[in-house]
Amino acid sequence: MKRRDFIKITGAAAAAAALPACGEKSTSAPVAEEEKMVLRENPNNSDKVSLLGFGCMRWPMIEKDGARVIDQEAVNEMVDYALAHGVNYFDTSPAYLMGQSEKAAGDALSRHPRESYYIATKLSNFGDRSTEASIQMYHDSFEQLHTDYFDYYLLHSIGRGGAKAFNQRYVENGMMDFLLKEKAAGRIRNLGFSFHGSQSDFDYLISLHDNGTYHWDFCQIEMNYVDWAHADGVRNCNANYLYAELEKRHIPIVIMEPLLGGRLANVPAEIARQMKEREPDKSIASWAFRFCGTYPGVMCALSGMTNMEPLKDNLNTFGHFKPLTEEELDFLERMATQMKEYPLVNCTDCKYCMPCPWGLDIPGTFQHYNKAITEGTYAQNKQQKHYHKLKNQYLMSYDKAVPSLRQADRCISCGECLPHCPQSIAIPRELRRIARYVEDLREDRL
Amino acid sequence: MLKKLRVALAVIFWVGITLLLLDFTGALHHYLGWMAKVQFLPAVLAVNVGVIVALALLTLIFGRVYCSVICPLGVFQDGISHIGTKKSKAQYKYKKELKWLRYGVWAVFVVVFILGIQAAVALLAPYSAYGRIVQNLFQPLYIWGNNALAWVTERIGTYTFYPQEVWLRSIPTFIIAVVTLVVIVVLSFKGGRTYCNSICPVGTTLSFLSRFSAFRPVIDTEKCKHCKACEHMCKAQCISISKEEQKIDYSRCVDCFNCIDSCKFGALKYRFAWGAAGKSAQNPSAEGRRAFIAGTALMAGTLAAKTASAQGKKTDGGLADILPKQAPERETPLTPPGSVSVKDFYRRCTACQLCVAECPNNVLRPSTDLEHIMQPEMSYEKGYCKADCTRCSEVCPTGAIRKITAQEKTQYHIGTAHVNRELCITETGTNCGKCAQMCPAGAILMVENGDMGNMRPTVSEEVCIGCGACEQYCPVRPISAITVNGKEVHV
Repeated sequence: MKRRDFIKITGAAAAAAALPACGEKSTSAPVAEEEKMVLRENPNNSDKVSLLGFGCMRWPMIEKDGARVIDQEAVNEMVDYALAHGVNYFDTSPAYLMGQSEKAAGDALSRHPRESYYIATKLSNFGDRSTEASIQMYHDSFEQLHTDYFDYYLLHSIGRGGAKAFNQRYVENGMMDFLLKEKAAGRIRNLGFSFHGSQSDFDYLISLHDNGTYHWDFCQIEMNYVDWAHADGVRNCNANYLYAELEKRHIPIVIMEPLLGGRLANVPAEIARQMKEREPDKSIASWAFRFCGTYPGVMCALSGMTNMEPLKDNLNTFGHFKPLTEEELDFLERMATQMKEYPLVNCTDCKYCMPCPWGLDIPGTFQHYNKAITEGTYAQNKQQKHYHKLKNQYLMSYDKAVPSLRQADRCISCGECLPHCPQSIAIPRELRRIARYVEDLREDRL
Repeated sequence: MLKKLRVALAVIFWVGITLLLLDFTGALHHYLGWMAKVQFLPAVLAVNVGVIVALALLTLIFGRVYCSVICPLGVFQDGISHIGTKKSKAQYKYKKELKWLRYGVWAVFVVVFILGIQAAVALLAPYSAYGRIVQNLFQPLYIWGNNALAWVTERIGTYTFYPQEVWLRSIPTFIIAVVTLVVIVVLSFKGGRTYCNSICPVGTTLSFLSRFSAFRPVIDTEKCKHCKACEHMCKAQCISISKEEQKIDYSRCVDCFNCIDSCKFGALKYRFAWGAAGKSAQNPSAEGRRAFIAGTALMAGTLAAKTASAQGKKTDGGLADILPKQAPERETPLTPPGSVSVKDFYRRCTACQLCVAECPNNVLRPSTDLEHIMQPEMSYEKGYCKADCTRCSEVCPTGAIRKITAQEKTQYHIGTAHVNRELCITETGTNCGKCAQMCPAGAILMVENGDMGNMRPTVSEEVCIGCGACEQYCPVRPISAITVNGKEVHV
């Protein structure tokens, strides 16, 4: 679909979303409107899904008896608040947060009527993909989530590796047949998959839908204004292609990584300045969410909210939802182009690569590096103004964020992490790049 | 006036050397390094003839001003006794020279020095004693202070200070440092220069010259009213005033000039008095022999006090445990580049801990090995010897570590790496090669690992310089799968 055609549809959809039409150049001060969460209808079964979904992958962790555990009290509070404000889609997985996410979601949600929310979870058989282990994982999810049906069930992260990988994890072990039977029995209401991979990987999966082998009830893709048209094209695929293909087939779309693990909430200063010039009182993150919501084929955009602040900010964005205009979409495309000029690591802090067998904190290292780049607080050369301060600031905050024995220079390039990264980051190479930067910084060789 | 001059110079020297021993940034030795090099024993070990002759002449002309100005342990004791006498309002009284102890210790010292038992030398030598006190006990406080400042400056966003790690390098040396400090404080609190005049071998050595010194405090017996004001002020307890006799023991006088200022009658003058030999000079040889035996027994006891220094379902997130590294058994100890051989290093080193205090990579630490106790050795649990760092060689006052440039450093092969195939993870088929990646000399060659399909590390022995980058970065813990053994001769 051409973007211009698409925008026309968007316009109609925005009006349909019952938003009071506001003149763009309206000079009257905005009257505080009542907050109303946008609901999108699933064309297959008339589910009314909130456009903002709660991703359960980034819940707060606390230290308890020497172990890292989810802060259940904080989770309960956020879930209650989200439900009260219209959020009704919760997305978890047996693999998230060292395997603790499902139970925390179940514990929090089961305090509310089952019909007041939709549960999405996944078959995350990354390790043992045998029939027994996969079925066990499926059954365990019911127990963890205190339910006897799943509204949305996903084949977790398929695409990369193409037909071969898909067959190994879901066909040869009989899991597809099993899941289809479960769907027929009503224990799975919608069966779909989450996707990471190249265009040809996607084409293969969608061909199964076209030729009637399987019917995908929904699909979860990575989409945001950077991935829209700036994926590397080799290992990842532009979201505009995925979106158009799914839209064409009326397959509802769930969006993951709308913020790229928070990177689109904290953009380089120059880009932030341009955003604030246009929307001085809206958060940087709101641009990314409005981008997702602008597209009518999107049923739900997931946000992995760690505490109340992003939750409230997102509720504000979606409660007074304003789709982007064509001009604003062009603006975001320019911002995405500018963002690509920064040497950022494409990490979304999903922690699929962890635990590293040698004890490295891979996402911690990338997050720290990206933060310094984004905030412009990384030393580039000795001639730079405040070089000494920036150097010490980088090194001290690095030591604080990541203990020295878990830093980039400790990577032995064993490659254990590589198959786990949904972003297909060449992790050892990126770690080596950061290690070299830090060493140059320490020795004043920049 | 003379006293003020003495105090001013003493403070300059003492602050300088103390800062030199405290400094971990490497910023000061460029300016202050010479203060360590003019210390008596380091100069002797470095065979620095110029300094030795200058110190001998200084003593022959002006007396033991070395002990009052240049020696940091001496000045430190003056500080302690100043507090001690002020607090208790005590006055000094003339004490007889403890000849048996004084010359006994000196004889023992000369013998162990000739035999090259540097650990015993370091135990007695004043500069070594002061070095270990500062490095072991005061440098941690200094670094904690720095870390507190780093904490503050980070919060106000200036990042002027950078935090450093504080760690216990050697338990035996730490204990010896504590004992040394306690002994020094106890002896000097009310006893003034008791240590300097009955134990310190450098003090005794200089006393052989000072009793003939050209300038010295002289009592004008005509003017003296026997008030004992000078005796009460004498930290060396070497002035004896009575109606019958007024004398100064010039072998013990450290020329602090406190007595000169104390005399209300102008009876004491620091003046030229060549030839008026000190009255207490005696032949120490007889006592020396007996003292030697006792001293040796004492030392053996101290050294025996050395304590042993021990050295299913894939989910996301979480951190694997990392065990702390342990030092491997090294057949030959590792001594720094700049030391020409292990033997030469340990023969010349006076264990002043200056290089240990200076090492920015946490490589140098005092040995716990009985033979070389307190003398430094290298190990790679916390860091490795970086190619462009020559700081230990720049500060060493004795020539145990010769001054080298980064260029010259590459010619020193201090050790050779060995791979332990039983520990190396490449033997299980894992891809690694961290040691080869980190090796600055290119001494580690990755070769085909038989049928395993991966590469494994081998060491090119002649290329390896022994810096320890491989050992430090080896992911195998607690003992690395690649370790460095020292080489006897380095160039």
